[in-house]
Amino acid sequence: MSTSALYDAPGPRARARHRLFSALGILVFLGILFLVVRKLQSAGQLQGYMWQPFLVDRAVWRDYLLPGLIGTFKAAAISIVLAGVLGLLLGVGRLSRVAPVRWVSSVVVEFFRSVPVLIMMLASYGIYSRSGVVAPDTAPLAGVVTGLTLYNGSVIAELVRSGVHSLPKGQREAGASIGLSEGQTLRIVLLPQALTAMLPALVGQLVVVLKDTALGYQITYQELLFWSKTLGSAFANPVAAYVVAAVIFIVVNYLLTLLAGRLERRLRSRGGRGAPGAPASAGTPGAGAAGTPAAQPATPSGAGVA
Amino acid sequence: MIELLQKYDVLGAFVTTIELSALGAVGALVIGTVVAVMRVSPVATLRLLGTSYVNVFRNTPLTLLVVFSVLGMTYLLGLQLSPDVATNAFRWAAIMLAIYHAAFVCEAIRSGFNTVPAGQSEAARSIGLTFGQGMREVILPQAFRGAVAPLGSTLIALIKNSTVAAVVGVNESANLMSVMIENETAGIAVFAIFAAGFVILTLPLGLWFTSLSRRLAVQR
Repeated sequence: MSTSALYDAPGPRARARHRLFSALGILVFLGILFLVVRKLQSAGQLQGYMWQPFLVDRAVWRDYLLPGLIGTFKAAAISIVLAGVLGLLLGVGRLSRVAPVRWVSSVVVEFFRSVPVLIMMLASYGIYSRSGVVAPDTAPLAGVVTGLTLYNGSVIAELVRSGVHSLPKGQREAGASIGLSEGQTLRIVLLPQALTAMLPALVGQLVVVLKDTALGYQITYQELLFWSKTLGSAFANPVAAYVVAAVIFIVVNYLLTLLAGRLERRLRSRGGRGAPGAPASAGTPGAGAAGTPAAQPATPSGAGVA
Repeated sequence: MIELLQKYDVLGAFVTTIELSALGAVGALVIGTVVAVMRVSPVATLRLLGTSYVNVFRNTPLTLLVVFSVLGMTYLLGLQLSPDVATNAFRWAAIMLAIYHAAFVCEAIRSGFNTVPAGQSEAARSIGLTFGQGMREVILPQAFRGAVAPLGSTLIALIKNSTVAAVVGVNESANLMSVMIENETAGIAVFAIFAAGFVILTLPLGLWFTSLSRRLAVQR
């Protein structure tokens, strides 16, 4: 981590100071914890019957939390597949040599990236349930999937684009020199490398999708947050139910973040071994936000990437 | 579409969205900076606390936080920020927006620190600057310039995420839109109005931040 460059190796006085700061930090943290516990206690939220069901009552998991998780994963899985397809199409569209195709894709991508997911969910849910295109009981799922697909599709399109841009120029030239057409070069040479380089960012995007399924709460989609609310009323332990739901979300998403980090390291080490095409320097291509062309492709300085 | 705009207070709803975003952004910037300083500090305990903050709030859905703030904090724990139900929801939503986005602000600032090569602080020390001076004169100016682009994306995300306040009935744009979708038959037109509103809010901001980050980028 380059952060180590921010300070010197501590001497005896600095170490004493650090111990003081440590103690202060722990004290503040324990203080906050104490306030929270006391508040929960005085509001009568720490009684055994509120927290015990999560350990002993199988129905809590069978009838509430697992269906919630299934709802969350179902919406996320469908959305990520559809978003992948849409993203690939729009990303290739933005790379197209045909100007109108490029413009249309750009407008679509920029539009869906600037509209909040909740707005798209509410609108599509309203339209679906009114028009009857979708069966009434699948309208919430369809609404959630539509919102997530449109937003994440355009994010993935940007990932595809910046991934292809981050490849060395020689890749395209090599494709052309062995007689591949423009489209063949993209399909056979560029996209596979770009997508591999994008894999960590794509897994990271999964975290966003999983979290955003919770927005489905507003259009009565039955995901984890919805079910934990129901659970809270059934067992008269709403605070405990929300806390457990939060912990589940945090654990699942944290594991996905770890996986993304691991993929990234593995890809980088593979590039380091000198596979000619492996985009070792493509560190965090996802960071290439709105219209930032891969301006600094050659920074393999090993600087810590968040 | 004109009559829709005359019938409903769309502008007022967007004003609430902007207020909510502004409050959330200021709060997120303050908390996020503190957490970022903790995360790059030499004290291991503070680093651990900062990292935990980021991991907890980055991985929790904002919707859950906002729902919990009103249903849990207000009704069960009695933490009421205003006797008025609507004001209470608004204030809690702003606080939760700040707490949630602080994790992303922290990461943005940290990525700014990462853009500063190690040689810069070594150079600062080699010409005899103290740690504080080196920080102030050499490191921080470069770090903030490097953090402009990710801070911009965080701000834009915050503006869009302020719609989540609709789940606790704050009278902002997403809330008004769901009312309008319910009452009006012209669903697409309603969507177009609100989508346009957000495009107007976020797109120029994004372009401005991109050009700003280019202009301020430290040439290396």
